[in-house]
Amino acid sequence: MKRVILDKSSISDYLKTIAERILDRNKTGSSLALVGIQRRGVPLADRLKEILSKKIKHDIPTGHLDITLYRDDLKTIGPAPLVKGTDINFDITDKNVILVDDVLYTGRTIRAALDELTDLGRAKSIQLAVLVDRGNRELPIQADYAGKTIKTTSSDIIHVKLKETDGKDEVVLSIDNGE
Amino acid sequence: MANNNTVKWSRKHLLGLEDLSAQEITTILDTADGFKEVSTRTVKKVPALQGKVVVNMFIEPSTRTKTSFSLAAKRLSADIVDFSASTSALTKGESLKDTARNIEAMGVDIVVIRHTTPGAPHLLSRTINASIINAGDGAHEHPTQGLLDIFTIREMKGRIKGLKVALLGDITHSRVARSNIWGLTNLGAEVYVVGPSTLIPTQLKQLGVKISYNLDEIIPQMDVINILRIQMERQKAGLFPSIREYARLFGINAERLKKAKKDILIMHPGPVNRGIEITPEVADGARSVILKQVTNGLAVRMAVLYLVAGVSADK
Repeated sequence: MKRVILDKSSISDYLKTIAERILDRNKTGSSLALVGIQRRGVPLADRLKEILSKKIKHDIPTGHLDITLYRDDLKTIGPAPLVKGTDINFDITDKNVILVDDVLYTGRTIRAALDELTDLGRAKSIQLAVLVDRGNRELPIQADYAGKTIKTTSSDIIHVKLKETDGKDEVVLSIDNGE
Repeated sequence: MANNNTVKWSRKHLLGLEDLSAQEITTILDTADGFKEVSTRTVKKVPALQGKVVVNMFIEPSTRTKTSFSLAAKRLSADIVDFSASTSALTKGESLKDTARNIEAMGVDIVVIRHTTPGAPHLLSRTINASIINAGDGAHEHPTQGLLDIFTIREMKGRIKGLKVALLGDITHSRVARSNIWGLTNLGAEVYVVGPSTLIPTQLKQLGVKISYNLDEIIPQMDVINILRIQMERQKAGLFPSIREYARLFGINAERLKKAKKDILIMHPGPVNRGIEITPEVADGARSVILKQVTNGLAVRMAVLYLVAGVSADK
């Protein structure tokens, strides 16, 4: 069974709410930086940057993180996952880094991202923003800013589509009910 | 590719470019693109191959290829062990197979091998379970050098297809030339081999390359010249009359470069014989990408180690 859980306007509303809450916590926004996790965290970070830049009137350094080389399952899976490359052309040291991803699930991607960011520099803080939190964590990791929170089981599939990567904005939940 | 998050790569070994498809070569180049950035970080290391053991088995002297592979393995967090001919049991008469089996018994995942005998890496790949990477086998192939040359051309020119690339010098004895020919023709480049007739096998025509014995005639059309090292012992063997004559007819100097396209790339796999195949002013000049090749070699070798390790994890 497939169900659309977020459409274009609700995605946009959630991003606006996330942006407001980011500014609540990081008052002046002066040392903010955004880092999107490949692939769909990247356009989400770019959209947050656009919303935030209008409110704080100055540019926010934004980069992309590819966590492939930090995955904890590289030794057991094959063939090798695609390496898309990390592109962070600013120093994250002393920045309040907002890590952005589409879905928070087991927490393993975020663990890898935290390790990679630590190798890149000593951020003042790292905060996590996700569009969808679907539960089922395997590590003690939580989001600081979550859009939609939804209960799922591990056989469910959440498919995030974004205009930049998939041609349209939509989040679909597929439930495997054995039919 | 957009909907697939794993690479199209299923080879456990990298033995040569001859049997790779254009898609496979492109996969290596694209993966290397992703690895270039790692070398620009403060912490130049990622944990991708943590716990893996790589052996550098160099049964022929080499400094830069060996160093490049060591550094590539280290940047991926693998453990690397050097095994060189002079210090090994091979000088005591142990066969290559026996040595390799002994190394394997120590629990090795990847063997990087350079050997004077063509086909030695292929033999090893049938003998032991580890992944084998050919780092040069006699005059046969040097696939990672071919790949880093192609990577550098693609990076500078934005494409390979349709480019005119000359391989200049001693083609007969060059494994770099062979790997370049197979890789470049496969990706759609027009490959020329240029040099003294005594150093160019005429059978090369069967590989789809054009042969020329006159550098001045073809230089104006070339997009890239990849200069091969002239080995002094070839002159002693009577394959060309004198070093001075070679430099006059086939050396790349500023005067000769005036006839070339303004954006020509000058490449050399090293080590360079300054003043013979290339003058210092050209080697250090604006059109030279010799040091870029070395930098890119690291990214390409990281990509190759990463890809073959992914396959051995699967098996």
